[in-house]
Amino acid sequence: MSDNTVTIEIDGVPVEARAGQMLIEVTDLEDAYVPRFCYHRKLSVAANCRMCLVEVERAPKPLPACATPVMDGMKVFTRSPAAISAQKATMEFLLINHPLDCPICDQGGECELQDLAMGYGRGVSRYTEKKRVVKDKNLGPLVSTDMTRCIHCTRCVRFGDEIAGIQELGATGRSEDMEIGTWIERSVDHELSGNIIDLCPVGALNNKPYRYSARAWEMVARPLVSPHDCAGSNLYGHVLRGQLKRVVPRDNDAINETWISDRDRFSYEGVYTEDRLTLPRVYGPRGWADIGWSLALEEAAGTLKDAAKQGGDGLGFLVSPNATVEEMYLLNRIARHLGTNHIDYRLRSRDFRDQEADPLWPALGTSIAGIDDLDGVLVVGSNLRREVPIVAHRIRNAALRGAAVGFVNPSEYEYHFRYDVCIEAPLSSLAGSLAGVLAAAHEWLGRTPDGEWASLLGSVQPGAPERAAAQVLLDKSQSLLLLGQIAMRHPRFADIRAIASALCRVTGARLGYLPEGANAAGAALAGVLPHRGPGGQPVETPGLNAEAMLAAPRRVYVLFGLEPEHDLSDALLAQDALGAADKVICFTSHASDALERVADILLPIATFAETAGTYVNVEGAWQSVEAAADAVGEAREGWRILRVLGNHLELPGCEYRSVADIRGELSEALGDCSANTAYEGDFVPACEPADCDEAALDIPIYSVDGLVRRGQALQQTAAARETAATDADAQ
Amino acid sequence: MSAQAPLAGEARLSERVLSGHVRAEIDGWVARFPEERQRSAVLGALMAAQHENRGHLTREQMDAVAEYLDLPPIQVYEVATFYSMFETEPVGKTCISVCTNISCMLRGSDEIVAYLETRLGIKLGESTPDGRIYLKREEECLAACCGAPMMMVDHTYHENLTPEKVGAILEELE
Repeated sequence: MSDNTVTIEIDGVPVEARAGQMLIEVTDLEDAYVPRFCYHRKLSVAANCRMCLVEVERAPKPLPACATPVMDGMKVFTRSPAAISAQKATMEFLLINHPLDCPICDQGGECELQDLAMGYGRGVSRYTEKKRVVKDKNLGPLVSTDMTRCIHCTRCVRFGDEIAGIQELGATGRSEDMEIGTWIERSVDHELSGNIIDLCPVGALNNKPYRYSARAWEMVARPLVSPHDCAGSNLYGHVLRGQLKRVVPRDNDAINETWISDRDRFSYEGVYTEDRLTLPRVYGPRGWADIGWSLALEEAAGTLKDAAKQGGDGLGFLVSPNATVEEMYLLNRIARHLGTNHIDYRLRSRDFRDQEADPLWPALGTSIAGIDDLDGVLVVGSNLRREVPIVAHRIRNAALRGAAVGFVNPSEYEYHFRYDVCIEAPLSSLAGSLAGVLAAAHEWLGRTPDGEWASLLGSVQPGAPERAAAQVLLDKSQSLLLLGQIAMRHPRFADIRAIASALCRVTGARLGYLPEGANAAGAALAGVLPHRGPGGQPVETPGLNAEAMLAAPRRVYVLFGLEPEHDLSDALLAQDALGAADKVICFTSHASDALERVADILLPIATFAETAGTYVNVEGAWQSVEAAADAVGEAREGWRILRVLGNHLELPGCEYRSVADIRGELSEALGDCSANTAYEGDFVPACEPADCDEAALDIPIYSVDGLVRRGQALQQTAAARETAATDADAQ
Repeated sequence: MSAQAPLAGEARLSERVLSGHVRAEIDGWVARFPEERQRSAVLGALMAAQHENRGHLTREQMDAVAEYLDLPPIQVYEVATFYSMFETEPVGKTCISVCTNISCMLRGSDEIVAYLETRLGIKLGESTPDGRIYLKREEECLAACCGAPMMMVDHTYHENLTPEKVGAILEELE
């Protein structure tokens, strides 16, 4: 037995435990259930609910299991008469002020207090005095409150302090006057705040948009994967009679732990909106007409065949990076079959000069959980909390563990942890600022840059911030340089990346990417690229990239899952190109006015919740899910539509019966597709200032895709209102 | 923590709201605790701020203290609302706190409270309309049981009280 292990006895069973572990962690591992409210494995120990009292031999009074460290030889009784009586007494106290409104409480049926009251409560209350009443708080559009139900476990308070990093809720007053709230009238605005809904063991904090719309026991929980960012957070969709009612986190310690962002939690509202496309539609001489699927697909196939007959060059495919791998692979097959290589998922990118040097797929450079253990992270061109809230949370974890963190960003965005440095680089010269950091690294290492680097770095004078930023990566055992979405959308991305990779080479840091969308990795692997096929196979004559396809208009466009006015780098260019095109075929879940103006055929596809499919996240995890909800109206799963379309187009080997068939074929073609993010290109960077606009490069958190933009509750948050106000000012 | 930097030309809230004297006093409190434990100075900071504001704290002052100590404002509100020494609403200039805990209660604090309420025409927790006197609500034990019943007028203890003695003290205040 090592010094770190102790033997204790739980209900007569000897078990080994790590010294210093709290009793409740050991009982949980041993499946000896101890009731609790305030204890949560991801939060600090508060020991204020007293529900987890257990009897410990030779201790004069029952001890709280959550705050009692194990000691060698300790004998614990979780179900002895003394333990049970202590737990029952606590339960009686907790119920004194708790209202008996379970029948109208959303938490009913999934309530920790209700469950434990069944197990430990008295059948009849001995308390006849008045119960206290607490005024409800308005915490904003996402979280509803019924504060009379609060039992003061303070999980929500600790969540703010420890996980979000900004304490928004607190316990004011004392004794009977104690209340949980913000004290002043304000909303909780952190992008992870929705998690307090799950943390709340009672019905005090609940899901506001979901309020009163279903009962926990009527719904079925089906696994989903977040379609909004590259972390690929694991979700459960709660489905009632085929309709998605709400989204909650699915625990996965490798990715999202037990948290999800508000964007992932509330975007489902966008699935059920007025402008949802429920029938295929074709634009004819008499305007828009609803038609059946078979006619619509014939029409689409005819259009594509005609275009193919003229050589395929007149065809362009623009694919949302939020589509599933299977959809993307089929789109890739169809495009190549029709004789075009003009297919791309990099919709908001502006610089494709160095695309040959792109890694096989844009990867993080480490695992998501591995971020916690880094000792240096330099984030370049990323409004991290907006782009990937879960990665931002992991980087905060790393910082709290002592990692050096630095930013090279156009603005000093707000982060709730101590970081070493933020270089506020003017957006136009992001590359130049990064070159300063590279020069500082050379200076510290006593090296002189050679070749073309000498002339580039010769003109750069690093100052104190550049030196501090270089230090973030220098002399570290595990450091990472992350290129975020602002960098990847930048008109000088190739320069930024070449300098970043040089910085990685001299400091020994790894290079990582935080790409757009939920499935950029899947798109690159499935061959949704003009210059590469599935698995990165080079294409003989590279096609046009997303921007070039619009700059040099095609006759026929296929748009898959995107809204040209929001999801492309240049909306005006897109409007002109699509407006001038002969035909625009749109696979879309929603039909906005803007889409109707440019489209000729609208094919309704299922949203992320309604389709089976696979998402590859930024660390390369392939996550497949089945359809959770029924598709609205006549909308169909994208892969099924594409399969039938493939058959119409006489695409060989298009007899897939399920997504698994498609996925299987792709993975066979892929073989080893592990990510090597090390840069092997030879791009010679320059530091010329570029012409760019921060608003176009830094997409607001609740504007990233069509679903999020339609999430009513999300659009009422402070973050979204701020965006709307800025937009109004700009106009 | 990256506190939002004020715009150029805009003074920090704590500099506008807290006097130099209060800030110096807070600095003294902060110095007594280990680095990064400035949260421990909240009590002292609020005391100093309250002293300069006729016995009560405004939200602006609490926000200023939060900013000065680099804490989320809610952590300051928590402390200010928890301790009975802090008032978050305007109160009378002189604060009278009658101990009503066990020793004083057994020695007749109820009578003292009744006398004060009748004489001043206000209830516990209220201030006189002229804003001179504030009767604190439910003051806990002030550790003067040997002189029970007792009350505290601002920071002065008065022990072994009778209604007559209280009357004399009130007259002195006038």
